[in-house]
Amino acid sequence: MAKDLNDADQNAKLIEEVLSAYPAKAAKRRARHLNVAQPAEEGDTEIVSKCDTVKSNIKSLPGVMTIRGCAYAGSKGVVWGPVKDMVHISHGPVGCGHYSWSQRRNYYTGTTGVDSFVTMQFTSDFQEKDIVFGGDKKLEKIMDEIAELFPLSKGVTVQSECPIGLIGDDIEAVAKKKKADIGKTIVPVRCEGFRGVSQSLGHHIANDCIRDWVLEAEGGEGKNHEPGPYDVNIIGDYNIGGDAWSSRILLEEIGLNVIAQWSGDATLSEIERAPKARLNLIHCYRSMNYICRHMEEKHGVAWMEYNFFGPSQIAASLRAIAAKFDQTIQDNAEKVIAKYQPLVDAVKAKYMPRLEGKKVMLYVGGLRPRHVVTAYHDLGMEICGTGYEFAHGDDYKRTGEYIKEGTLIYDDVTGYELEKFIENIRPDLVGSGIKEKYPTQKMGIPFRQMHSWDYSGPYHGYDGFAIFARDMDLAINNPVWGLFDAPWKKSA
Amino acid sequence: MPQSADKVLDHAELFREPEYKEMLDNKRAKFECGHPSNMVTEIADWTKSWEYREKNLAREALTVNPAKACQPLGAVFAAAGYEGTLSFVHGSQGCVAYYRSHLARHFKEPSSAVSSSMTEDAAVFGGLSNLVDGLANAYALYSPKMIAVSTTCMAEVIGDDLNSFIIKAKEKESVPEDFPVPFAHTPAFVGSHVDGYDNMQKGILSNFWKGAERTPGEGINIIPGFDGFAVGNIRELKRMLGLMGVEATILSDVSDVYDTPSDGEFRMYAGGTTIDEIKEGLNARTTISMQEYCSKKTLEFCEEVGQETASFNYPLGVKGTDEFLMKIAEVAGVEIPESLRLERGRLVDALADSQAYLHGKTYAIYGDPDFVLAMAQFVMEMGGEPKHCLATNGSKAWAKKTEELLASSPFGQGCQVWAGKDLWHLRSILATEPADMLIGNSYGKYLEKDLGIPLIRLNFPIFDRHHHHRFPIFGYQGAISVVVKILDTIFDKLDTEADISFDLTR
Repeated sequence: MAKDLNDADQNAKLIEEVLSAYPAKAAKRRARHLNVAQPAEEGDTEIVSKCDTVKSNIKSLPGVMTIRGCAYAGSKGVVWGPVKDMVHISHGPVGCGHYSWSQRRNYYTGTTGVDSFVTMQFTSDFQEKDIVFGGDKKLEKIMDEIAELFPLSKGVTVQSECPIGLIGDDIEAVAKKKKADIGKTIVPVRCEGFRGVSQSLGHHIANDCIRDWVLEAEGGEGKNHEPGPYDVNIIGDYNIGGDAWSSRILLEEIGLNVIAQWSGDATLSEIERAPKARLNLIHCYRSMNYICRHMEEKHGVAWMEYNFFGPSQIAASLRAIAAKFDQTIQDNAEKVIAKYQPLVDAVKAKYMPRLEGKKVMLYVGGLRPRHVVTAYHDLGMEICGTGYEFAHGDDYKRTGEYIKEGTLIYDDVTGYELEKFIENIRPDLVGSGIKEKYPTQKMGIPFRQMHSWDYSGPYHGYDGFAIFARDMDLAINNPVWGLFDAPWKKSA
Repeated sequence: MPQSADKVLDHAELFREPEYKEMLDNKRAKFECGHPSNMVTEIADWTKSWEYREKNLAREALTVNPAKACQPLGAVFAAAGYEGTLSFVHGSQGCVAYYRSHLARHFKEPSSAVSSSMTEDAAVFGGLSNLVDGLANAYALYSPKMIAVSTTCMAEVIGDDLNSFIIKAKEKESVPEDFPVPFAHTPAFVGSHVDGYDNMQKGILSNFWKGAERTPGEGINIIPGFDGFAVGNIRELKRMLGLMGVEATILSDVSDVYDTPSDGEFRMYAGGTTIDEIKEGLNARTTISMQEYCSKKTLEFCEEVGQETASFNYPLGVKGTDEFLMKIAEVAGVEIPESLRLERGRLVDALADSQAYLHGKTYAIYGDPDFVLAMAQFVMEMGGEPKHCLATNGSKAWAKKTEELLASSPFGQGCQVWAGKDLWHLRSILATEPADMLIGNSYGKYLEKDLGIPLIRLNFPIFDRHHHHRFPIFGYQGAISVVVKILDTIFDKLDTEADISFDLTR
């Protein structure tokens, strides 16, 4: 059974214990990433910064088994990859594109290989000669071959892998030249995996490329959009298992006009159209705040964060969003909240008795280590530890308001630390990624992948909440966890 | 409102509900600036034409849906089969996250490896300090018995020299002087995961065998090769050797580490070939590789130290298993026991019982070079006809060998061999010259959906079906499970399509 929740002293001791395994130099550096959420200071009401003391967005130590990925993963895997009507080339050797092929479950509609390309793996498959002589000529030829074989593609992005920046290729020049030749959008992205310390810089670079090579570029069908008073964009929703759709349906129901969805199920024209909206609604702040800030400065599009995990945050978000519009929208929001209340009540009635009081540890990326917290609270569950793969200080600032004092906070956690934390705290559920899934389950602790929704979803919106509750229940209450001990060993 | 607490609809059903259909249609019509549907249909049809096939096969620069991964994946897999061994991949850290995820998704098991987490500064100054600190950290945290170092393409492009780096790391006491740190350069821009497997095997053996005194003995080493069915296959291999009374050393035995029990303990390391066994392996008379294209350099090295070598192409089916067992019998100087002859008979019995359904069926087979060769041979044994054999990581020599194999049987006459081609090529090929069944890995599911050709998953990776890797496809018994998979596919198709002929007994 789980130990008493969020014992700050015990957690502090646990951190000390974990750090003692490291060589001195590494222990000192890791100490800055591990903490226990502190009491909020008196009068600190704006952004409570209970875990603001955690150091983040700095280099991972070598050899410690960081769970992080790279800039390429942030750009190709997260931001650009889901844009469905463009061809995304993994530019460099074959591996990066191979391992990330179809793994993020960015759902889309369309005819794959004809007008949509999300679940395909395009690569320049670099060979030794490309490293030695450079890959620009090959890249040019690739553009021509794409134009011929995939004539309905709306454009191409070049997702740079490590060698590109090291061998001095000029992919920007290739992009300009081939754009002139082919007449389609071509976006060179400098997201080589060695840049930055995690996926995060890849998000930023990918955002900058949206700005420079799409929004600021000449032309684009989407730019002809005639603005309306209720035009909004969904930003930073990758439609994992259909998340953006179960969000969109609510926004449309309250009377808003979602003119662009970035980047899950997105089209190039939706990217072009976005600056015409009145408001940017940003779900994953970490990966797409950059472009929202740009659209605010350059195009005057206001932006706000929202959270569609779990009914209390959904209702609060719908109200906050509606408050940016007129009374009709505000009334609609209330109607929609009321309409779904019976579903929420039924879901809670069914699942809360099975989940109440269960302790959860999270370790994810992006927005989830804070955003899903209240969805668990809605089911009566508690969070005893949380942390981010690639957060910055502003993420930890935003986390404080979601969590309780004494919660264990771990930034860029290592395999060793996470294992020890789980082993000692023995939560009822861990939510993290595929690399963490099986070690955790072997320890007899239920697990859900909280990147891919463990092949389920959507989890966003009211429709998603029902699925979320069902999945947490099936993970925790499956009888398999009771079968681990051989009966003849029990009495021994 | 489609959702309810009584019957929770997830993505599989939710988006077919009218509310969502309407929403998605509206999105398409108003915001996507898509192409008219008749144009999409027209192009979709065109992509399945001979004209498109010719353009597609003429591609020179672009690769689409390749059936191969990069070298370090193979290196990590090879190292995992040695006792207490931690893979340390020198270069960018994202790569290691990818290998671990990839292996975990296939085996549904933990997959541990560390990275030296090189970033921009290491790109400029080299990754020596990353390796020095990284080895120290990995050694302290994960208490390995051996750390096997391979490289990502970043480290290869900047030219980091593992040998001198490891010597320096030992000087700086990252790990004890006598602690084994074998290494292999595994550039992602050369070859594929099968070459990475080969390079790491050679790296590990060299670490223990170079400079060591060899006392030639009678022993046998067996190198299984990169294999998604390794868990089942290596155990089957050991079982057959046991029946023959032969003791052989499996060089890289991953069967336990990728199949750990759920009993409350996370085992980062489990089983594997011990360091003593590796050392003793030098004295073996013969090293046998189950997969030629996974072990070319390793076997050359074995010959250099004075061993005899032999290699197979992933022995499958009757003849494949016969040849393998006869080789073992010959090398070990033993007889093949009656029990194995009976197993053989049972496989032949299964083939005979089902031959009416197997005869004349056509196949497209793709995957790693050794597997494709083996599968083609087995298919022909059961009266099937391979139509297309494709290996994205197949060489010209592989193509020649495959063509020779096909030429040896009347059942191979109509088959085309596609070396270096990818699965988008295969789409065109199958759209114009179809086959009854497709044999490959999970990536083939897109071809299955697109072309209506049923897929049989028999090669790495298998992400979307569970536990197949636990069961062997090696040996006579393993071959029966391959036949059953094929037959199930045939019978399912018959039943799904049947109206009048919906027979109870088949």
